[in-house]
Amino acid sequence: MASTADVSGLTVLNGPPEQRSDDAHGYYTPAPEKLVDAKAPTGLIKDRWTTRKMDNRLVNPANRRKLDIIIVGTGLAGGAAAATLGEAGYNVKSFCYQDSPRRAHSIAAQGGINAAKNYKEDGDSTYRLFYDTVKGGDYRSRESNVYRLAEVSANIIDQCVAQGVPFARDYGGLLDNRSFGGVQVSRTFYARGQTGQQLLIGAYQAMERQVAAGTVTQYTRHEMLEVIVVDGKARGIIARDLVTGEIETHLADVVVLASGGYGNVFYLSTNAMGSNVTATWRAHRKGAYMANPCYTQIHPTCIPVSGDHQSKLTLMSESLRNDGRIWVPKNKEDCTKDPRDIPEEDRDYYLERIYPSFGNLVPRDIASRQAKNMCDEGRGVGPMVGDFRRGVYLDFADAIARLGEDAVREKYDNLFDMYERITGENPYEVPMRIYPAVHYVMGGLWVDYDLQSNIPGLFVTGEANFSDHGANRLGASALMQGLADGYFVLPNTIRDYLADGPFEQVDEAHPAVVEARTSVQERIDKFLSIGGSRSADSFHKELGNIMWEYCGMERSEEGLRKAIDMIRELKAEFWSNLKVLGTADSLNQSLEKAGRVADFIELGELMCIDALNRRESCGGHFRAESQTEDGEALRHDEEFAYVAAWEFGGEGGQPVLHKEDLIYTAIEMKQRSYK
Amino acid sequence: MNLTLKIWRQKDAQSSGSMQSYAVEGISEDMSFLEMLDTLNEQLNERGEEPVAFDHDCREGICGSCDLMINGQAHGPEVTTTCQLHMRSFSDGQTITIEPWRAGAFPVVKDLIVDRSAFDRIIQSGGYISVNTGSAPEANSVPAPRDKAMRAFNVATCIGCGACVAACPNGSASLFLGAKITHLGELPQGQPERMGRVASMVAQHDAEGFGGCTNIGECTAACPKEIPLDVISQLNKDLRDALRAGY
Ligand SMILES: Cc1cc2nc3c(=O)[nH]c(=O)nc-3n(C[C@H](O)[C@H](O)[C@H](O)COP(=O)(O)OP(=O)(O)OC[C@H]3O[C@@H](n4cnc5c(N)ncnc54)[C@H](O)[C@@H]3O)c2cc1C
Ligand code: SF4
Ligand code: FES
Repeated sequence: MASTADVSGLTVLNGPPEQRSDDAHGYYTPAPEKLVDAKAPTGLIKDRWTTRKMDNRLVNPANRRKLDIIIVGTGLAGGAAAATLGEAGYNVKSFCYQDSPRRAHSIAAQGGINAAKNYKEDGDSTYRLFYDTVKGGDYRSRESNVYRLAEVSANIIDQCVAQGVPFARDYGGLLDNRSFGGVQVSRTFYARGQTGQQLLIGAYQAMERQVAAGTVTQYTRHEMLEVIVVDGKARGIIARDLVTGEIETHLADVVVLASGGYGNVFYLSTNAMGSNVTATWRAHRKGAYMANPCYTQIHPTCIPVSGDHQSKLTLMSESLRNDGRIWVPKNKEDCTKDPRDIPEEDRDYYLERIYPSFGNLVPRDIASRQAKNMCDEGRGVGPMVGDFRRGVYLDFADAIARLGEDAVREKYDNLFDMYERITGENPYEVPMRIYPAVHYVMGGLWVDYDLQSNIPGLFVTGEANFSDHGANRLGASALMQGLADGYFVLPNTIRDYLADGPFEQVDEAHPAVVEARTSVQERIDKFLSIGGSRSADSFHKELGNIMWEYCGMERSEEGLRKAIDMIRELKAEFWSNLKVLGTADSLNQSLEKAGRVADFIELGELMCIDALNRRESCGGHFRAESQTEDGEALRHDEEFAYVAAWEFGGEGGQPVLHKEDLIYTAIEMKQRSYK
Repeated sequence: MNLTLKIWRQKDAQSSGSMQSYAVEGISEDMSFLEMLDTLNEQLNERGEEPVAFDHDCREGICGSCDLMINGQAHGPEVTTTCQLHMRSFSDGQTITIEPWRAGAFPVVKDLIVDRSAFDRIIQSGGYISVNTGSAPEANSVPAPRDKAMRAFNVATCIGCGACVAACPNGSASLFLGAKITHLGELPQGQPERMGRVASMVAQHDAEGFGGCTNIGECTAACPKEIPLDVISQLNKDLRDALRAGY
């Protein structure tokens, strides 16, 4: 690790990348010039955020209530922003598709939230959190953004505690924390296995307080279906009232998308059933760049698929890997046996074998890929799903023998219960079965340092943007980013944009508004009139299978090309053979689903093109063509140390690739090694 | 397994509804209850009948969206959410009755979906600690006794599903309300607003048309997060203190 003395921010440590391969040739158009973040700060890395906050213009308190802000999403990123901007006196309209803001999918986060508090005096610091996050992201994130994230992390904990978030505490009544996700310091704050729930309820309550104060108006059961762009600026959204079906126009001075991640493009994921890409994809089609869409995080410890009926996958906390040992049978013939009858010498504790120093605690991407390798070799366990058994054992027998069943129960009881409820098997007696599942997307809409997309007036926060996690996200850092964006970053950057407002009033009869409304209406009418024979859900499942097979844990040139063809065919069939019953002017869940699936299909194609272009392995993106002799991921910094920001190429056209170079001044790029 | 489902169908809030019978086949016991309904909906869609509308999102028992009365029990026969209930709790050939939450304060929106926005309004009336972003002191400057913090956490796990209301013969939301009063009231940060909070939240609860608590205890039996009944004692005690103090 570089010492803080190196943090001059003035020495450039790597040159601009030059890509030599061109695997995606024929599928995209290169942009003539490099993409530059015009808001990128300069100077010492530790001063950049302070300087930016000082330089950003202020909005006079008396003017704030004349400024309208639309925020789509009420998760940590959107809820925190709505509360904070409401407190500042702006006029906020907040949207979510659920029946209450408190149900945003941030609620499901289990493990914890990172903050560089150094309460344990174990050598943590802003710089170390920054360093770990950039390294964990496999050097594919912007250093200025990540440094800022680490810098505001401590304030998040203060804010949450003041709101009444009941974090775990020690016997002296002070905050407890633990180490998480393979880092060597203890910086993860948690509320048992429900950290996301408690943080979200804190943000939700702060937001409801502003609803009562009249600064925030909440629109629940509303789905944003289009962005309104007037004279090049985002000026509002078209939303559908999911109860009455009414298509509504909402105008504002600025629009914030905090609509979460698009992991559901894989159909099966740990995301909520309603998690979608629609908000960001509609913005993408209106000109916003989509950055690094292929960067997906696949979490190693989820409950395996049990059959075709499966609608979602459930995460089992990563902490289980601290005490459980992962194995598969050495011999294929043993895969159907009762695991308790398989003797020690016939078991392959493959992570301990391949990575003797990290063993079962290797990072998420490595643990996931090795599980897949074992199953692909035919040594998976559990029921057959398709051609393979997709599961590996996570065995607590040793931990129970060593610590006693009571100690194991105290640590993991709620997880063991959840496992038993879902699978009907008792993990105290039979080893658990786990398998990787799609969990998080690092890709998202491109934003500058101010979290503004390339469409002026369109800001993007939380999982919906691409900004902080590079090619792989470390555990407990998405909650940190969501709240950093919502409480501290966006409120300080959006004011510089709003200082020029209020902007000229937009009329509902403005052609751009009419165009947005009409296109939404036409799309809905189209879904209802195709009159084919397949449900939206069946298309979604098929898309998910393609994505998982060819754009999942391992991607290859051949597979990706095949996937692109298959997705194009699927898209054609979708638009000619979809069947949606019910009407447009009522609550219609099949209609909602159809819109989301239509967007996922288009996103899926772009993800494959992005993955095809990136002929290197980095973080969650593993290209079969780019590995070391012993099968480990191989990055090509000199070719690919850039952000791939894709511009929509028009219906039937090719996407345009804009490249933003990643230049480091405070951290030196290294290949990761966990052997 | 094969099942007979009796499901409440209602076009919208204005229309009246009725129970309809459906046969579903090929249900596996590994399916969750909602996956069983997905299967039914897929079959209905094929037959050209409009699928049944129901609320759900996380399907992990944490968002509080799912909310079905199953054979007369809120969230069905196990102590869990509807989405975490699995078909192995039922048997082949069984008839299952599925209704929406029944409570005056939760009007039906469509089929099995109800309007629970009253819960948001209760929170708006005081279910928070007033602290603007940026004005918080250093987190460890105010220690919170561990046992109190644990109790606060335990009751803060309420997911706002409304099962307590649906199960209560009086349609009271006292368990939900008591959980929030106890969560914030157990923490040092929650003290300054403690009395005003309980007074205005109770007033909002009553204004929404939720009934009073007569200590029946059906709420806690139905609660998927096992929120204990003593939060209602806490609620009453805090309310008494507030009223005495003139709130
Ligand atoms: C099971 C699970 C466990 C996790 N555990 C952890 C953890 O321990 N630590 C960690 O740091 N991270 C964790 N993560 C990741 C983290 O929870 C998420 O990345 C983060 O919470 C996302 O927050 P968000 O505010 O960006 O979006 P979300 O919380 O997903 O919110 C999205 C919001 O947008 C709204 N919305 C979406 N589309 C539309 C639309 N078209 N119209 C209107 N509204 C819309 C939704 O209604 C919702 O309000 C976990 C994720 C999962 C799935
Ligand atoms: S108290 Fe229990 S039953 Fe009532 S809303 Fe909360 S979690 Fe649901
Ligand atoms: S769907 Fe979220 S709790 Fe059941």
